[in-house]
Amino acid sequence: MNKTREYIIERLLFLCAAITVFTTISIILVLLVEAVGFFQEVSIIDFLTDKEWTPLFADKHFGILPLVCGTLLTTFIAISVALPIGLTIAIYLSEYAPKSFRKIFKPLLEVLAAVPTVVYGFFALLVVSPFLQKFFPEMSGFNSLSAGIVMGIMIIPFISSLSEDALYAVPKSLREAAYGMGSTRFQTAFKVTVPAASSGIVVSIILALSRAIGETMIVAIAAGQQPRLTLDPTVPIETITAYIVQVSMGDVPHGSLEYKTIFAAGITLFVFTFILNNISFYIKKKYQEKYD
Amino acid sequence: MQTIKALLFSSLLISLFACGGQKSNDENSNNENVLSGQIQIDGSSTVYPITEAIAEEFRAEAPEVKVTVGVSGTGGGFKKFVRNEIDINDASRSIKDSEAEQCKENGISYIELSVAYDGLAVLVNPQNNWLNDITIEELKKIWEPAAQGVIMKWNQIRPEWPAEEIHLFGAGTASGTYDYFTEAIVGESGASRGDYTASEDDNVLVQGISSDKFALGFFGLAYYEENKDKLKLVGVNNGSGSVLPTMETVANGSYAPLSRPIFIYVSNKSAEREEVKAFVNFYLDNVASISEEVGYIPLPETEINKQKEKFNSFLAGSNYTK
Repeated sequence: MNKTREYIIERLLFLCAAITVFTTISIILVLLVEAVGFFQEVSIIDFLTDKEWTPLFADKHFGILPLVCGTLLTTFIAISVALPIGLTIAIYLSEYAPKSFRKIFKPLLEVLAAVPTVVYGFFALLVVSPFLQKFFPEMSGFNSLSAGIVMGIMIIPFISSLSEDALYAVPKSLREAAYGMGSTRFQTAFKVTVPAASSGIVVSIILALSRAIGETMIVAIAAGQQPRLTLDPTVPIETITAYIVQVSMGDVPHGSLEYKTIFAAGITLFVFTFILNNISFYIKKKYQEKYD
Repeated sequence: MQTIKALLFSSLLISLFACGGQKSNDENSNNENVLSGQIQIDGSSTVYPITEAIAEEFRAEAPEVKVTVGVSGTGGGFKKFVRNEIDINDASRSIKDSEAEQCKENGISYIELSVAYDGLAVLVNPQNNWLNDITIEELKKIWEPAAQGVIMKWNQIRPEWPAEEIHLFGAGTASGTYDYFTEAIVGESGASRGDYTASEDDNVLVQGISSDKFALGFFGLAYYEENKDKLKLVGVNNGSGSVLPTMETVANGSYAPLSRPIFIYVSNKSAEREEVKAFVNFYLDNVASISEEVGYIPLPETEINKQKEKFNSFLAGSNYTK
């Protein structure tokens, strides 16, 4: 009796684990199948080299570059905001802040990641953009700068929390050794603890990057809907995710080439995050310093 | 003790609600035949404000009828209309031959009723101090397919305008506004450049233009009326002087070529249902006053009466075929 119960429970647990793997595999399959249909009609060379993306118009171009450019531009802005702030917070929390402060502040910081992204989107559009326009009156209301900055704020907890965990995990003996050699707190933090935790920090950055690349709502609301190959952060652009939203919200007939473009865009996005995740996995495995 | 109190209180509440329900039922049954059912409407975002306002009034008239109004754009709405998924399609252009064909294939006949006039407004940011009126040729130069990637700065249109990038905002390809604009300006429906912010949601366009000094865009006049303080209207010159779109210039046709009638399409299968029949009649009775309220130009009364006659003969016809 007990044995069969045990058996059923084990199977059930296995099933739960299998569901996640199964979901991932089916998503990849659906993406692949639809994207193959797309690439039968559009050459992959055009897709990767054409500088215009106008699949919904009469004169159709299927160059993914403007969308990739928009995605990377907003991601770059986000990470330039989040990296310095997030890292500073992490170092402060683990090396300087009193324990009681850390206990209160860390969960508070993580609330940033819990704010619905649609709220961030409107915050970017209705607060940050008008504020930036005071300094750059020429700037458009939809632009990658304000979307990127707000996205950066959103991913701060990814960097600060995970980096802080990594820093905190550095054994006390290392710090004590540094102090014993006469290092100041600052020297200890930047010459000993940060290098020792570097793999964890890099992994946190990569996770934040892939979160920023996949972020949808903020850029769909605040960055505009105009695919454009530009590095100018003050004009409307469109990211891969925003395009997918735009097309799935409109009424594009199923099975048409326009419909398949969202899968082509989706698989491009997937390739990006997939590569990033693998890099982080590799770094974690290869460079993690072991102190036993 | 507490629980007993709570129980008493909730039962009291329930009985109160029950009484309320009873009462309204009584009231309704005083009307001879209570209309009920569901009416599904979709289509143009341009016609949406009128239809939604009428649907709201209609809810007061016939509370048992659920009227839902969607916004998929004229083309998006027709795609559902030809599959008989909706009862009425809001349209800011006439049905296309291809769409009419599909209706035929699916055994759907329909009637087109014009409900109001709309002007297509050309708009810029209030901070724009160089553009007050624009000619049809200039609009064409900006929007035609050949302009894509070429006409990128204001001074390429008129040399005295600033050497700044022009940011374009316009209706998306699924909207009747887009079809109408391209036909009137470029000369071919569906032909335009593709590198502009295209959205079926006019509020996105309002937001974009009102927050961008170097923006230029177009959409239905009614959305301008709602957002007057955030936008600047541009006069359009078709060769006989610059004309601003207003109630008068749109109704008398002098704001050409950017004024147009807007329609609703009703399918025969739906028109057989009492609630749809009542709704369409209610629509035609009230559209003149409501369209003015929400910023459109009402049809003259004679024209409305014509539409009513048209609908009645359509009903007679569809009953006959049955």
